[in-house]
Amino acid sequence: MRVTFKRDWIHGWLLLLPAMVFLFAFTHIPAVTTFINSFYSTPRGRKPAKFIGLENYERFWDDPVFWKVMFNNLWFALGTIPLSIALSIAMALWVNDKLAGRSLVRMAYFTPTVLPLIAVANIWLFFYTPGFGLFDQVFGALFGWSSTNWLGDPATALNAVIVVTVWKEAGFFMIFYLAALQAIPVSLVEAARIEGASRWTIFWRITFPLLMPTTLFVSINAVINSFRLVDHIFILTDGGPDNASSLLLFYIYEVAFRFWETGYAATLTVALLVLLSALAIGQFFFFDRKVHYK
Amino acid sequence: MIKSTFLKAVAATALSVSTWASAHAVDLQFYFPVAVGGKAADTIQALTDEYVAANPDVKIDAVYAGSYQDTVAKAITASRGGNPPQLSVILSVDMFTLIDEDLIQPFDNYLTSDEDKAWVEGFYPAFMENSQTGGKTYGIPFQRSTPVLYWNKEAFKEAGLDPEVAPATWDEMVEFGKKLTKKDADGKVSQWGVRIPSSGFPYWLFQGLAIENGATLANAEGNKTNFDDPKVVEALQYLVDLSTKHEVMAPGIIEWGATPKAFFEGQTAMMWTSTGNLTNVRDNAPFDFGVAMLPSKATRGAPTGGGNFYLFKGASDEQNKAAVEFVQWITAPAQSAKWTIATGYVAPRAETWESETMKAYTADFAPALIARDQLEFAKAELSTYQNQRVTGIFNDALASVITGKKDAATALKEAQAQADGILSEYR
Repeated sequence: MRVTFKRDWIHGWLLLLPAMVFLFAFTHIPAVTTFINSFYSTPRGRKPAKFIGLENYERFWDDPVFWKVMFNNLWFALGTIPLSIALSIAMALWVNDKLAGRSLVRMAYFTPTVLPLIAVANIWLFFYTPGFGLFDQVFGALFGWSSTNWLGDPATALNAVIVVTVWKEAGFFMIFYLAALQAIPVSLVEAARIEGASRWTIFWRITFPLLMPTTLFVSINAVINSFRLVDHIFILTDGGPDNASSLLLFYIYEVAFRFWETGYAATLTVALLVLLSALAIGQFFFFDRKVHYK
Repeated sequence: MIKSTFLKAVAATALSVSTWASAHAVDLQFYFPVAVGGKAADTIQALTDEYVAANPDVKIDAVYAGSYQDTVAKAITASRGGNPPQLSVILSVDMFTLIDEDLIQPFDNYLTSDEDKAWVEGFYPAFMENSQTGGKTYGIPFQRSTPVLYWNKEAFKEAGLDPEVAPATWDEMVEFGKKLTKKDADGKVSQWGVRIPSSGFPYWLFQGLAIENGATLANAEGNKTNFDDPKVVEALQYLVDLSTKHEVMAPGIIEWGATPKAFFEGQTAMMWTSTGNLTNVRDNAPFDFGVAMLPSKATRGAPTGGGNFYLFKGASDEQNKAAVEFVQWITAPAQSAKWTIATGYVAPRAETWESETMKAYTADFAPALIARDQLEFAKAELSTYQNQRVTGIFNDALASVITGKKDAATALKEAQAQADGILSEYR
């Protein structure tokens, strides 16, 4: 009896081991080291890191760029999350219906997801280019607008980045909604139709509530993405002008790998980690009550 | 039994061959960035292969490491991980950062003979400003550039200007620009007078204006900046005025990468950009173009730019010697001329310009000489300790003024205060 118990125990740990090794090596240990490093100064050449307590934290509290990128990130999240979710639901509903060339439309909506973000950013860079860029040419020909410097003006730079992100993300979320839509029993909709419910009532009272688990999943992903997706910023604006389109993760990269202030970058990373965990936990508690699981 | 003996014999042979190889061939790893379009990467690879073919005792692994930014990040990361390259081409302005990180060593240790010392003297002094500090040579100029003014001769003709004459002063640039800017009835501009790109690293071209106005942005020790010098403020005001007051340049931040294309498309009649684009413009401009020195205010002037060879710490004596020999070979006239012709980078040694190949090239294509002649007026590119951070602050200040968020004096004063905060510990 005892021997089998022990063997089960070893067996269990062995099964866990591969995942655990990777999880520890790439997630937990780096997170803990980051936390520890955030209390040390940046080592430079012959000057080793020394313990400086909360100095890095005081610094980030007073860092105007940090607050600017935080605010930018908030705006970026507000701009991308609701819009990409709404768009993805609309697209999913559209391609879930019987329509000519349905697979083609589905594929078209999904294409942005397949493309690498850097390549996408380069294409959009051309779209946005003042003068001979696509937008300027189209808007100039249609409405006679004069040339607009979308990426070079602090007022529009971040919004221009948001548009690219939504375009990139919506197709990916659509796939989840499409799968969820196909899992909703047709009988529910048919019953509602017999009762004389309008299309809007059917969507709002039946489809949307049944999509809630997907919405929870998608929204958590969207929130994480809004802090995680910065690749296109390198190509489109490089955070400029004057940090107008810089996001938190981009700023962390800049501090760590351009300015080589790894100590301070560790502190900023801790801030990001705290923020992300708070958001994820909050979302689970807040949404969980509203989500209908089968 | 026979089989195992055979295997042992094979293993022993393999072992001895490999030790023999490692005893007789020096392995070098060499990182290089590519910052301009064209055939830069292929040319470096071809030159390296040529060297290896001629010197079988040296093995060089030339690694394309992305942009300048990526290359320095890779070199620093690799060094911290205990696996530094022996040689790398990195921006000349990163010299203080690399010294501060204790990653590079001066070339002087391996340039001891009189001949070697004379060789160091053979580089243009303007390029050496960013390559030496404290009496030691840390960088050997290689893919060096300087900004120049390109102009569209056809557009000049159309505007009633002499197509052979470029603006020589700031005022002339405005005056020419006004004639060259084409607006329709609604105020829509189809051709701007001039384009000074400001995305990413606006400090570089701006530094041209600052030098022309008689300002020096940073001292030679790399621990003090002069961002709030009234001459710098005046230069920045001029740059902003080009768009706001004189309306000869597009407003806002102007994309660096799209600049040559805008020039080809006739969106702008003049552009400021690196000589590294010379071959690109030569191959792609659908009209006659000219190349001139940047216009003057108090003086002619331009920053230098581009990358140097750095010798990293952590290599064996043998590797260092081999690395230095390779650097001497690749900067020698025959190789340097190939490199300059393929890219447009300025050959950093006078003797290269004296070579037959270069003479034939410049006789056929005179614009290539402009950058060299401008070196007489060129100054070191802005470089300090914690360089990326300090220039980052300066870039942000420039961007905030160019986009009209702050006025020049305030923004530069703030930038100077921040730079002082960082650099005070290095004084």
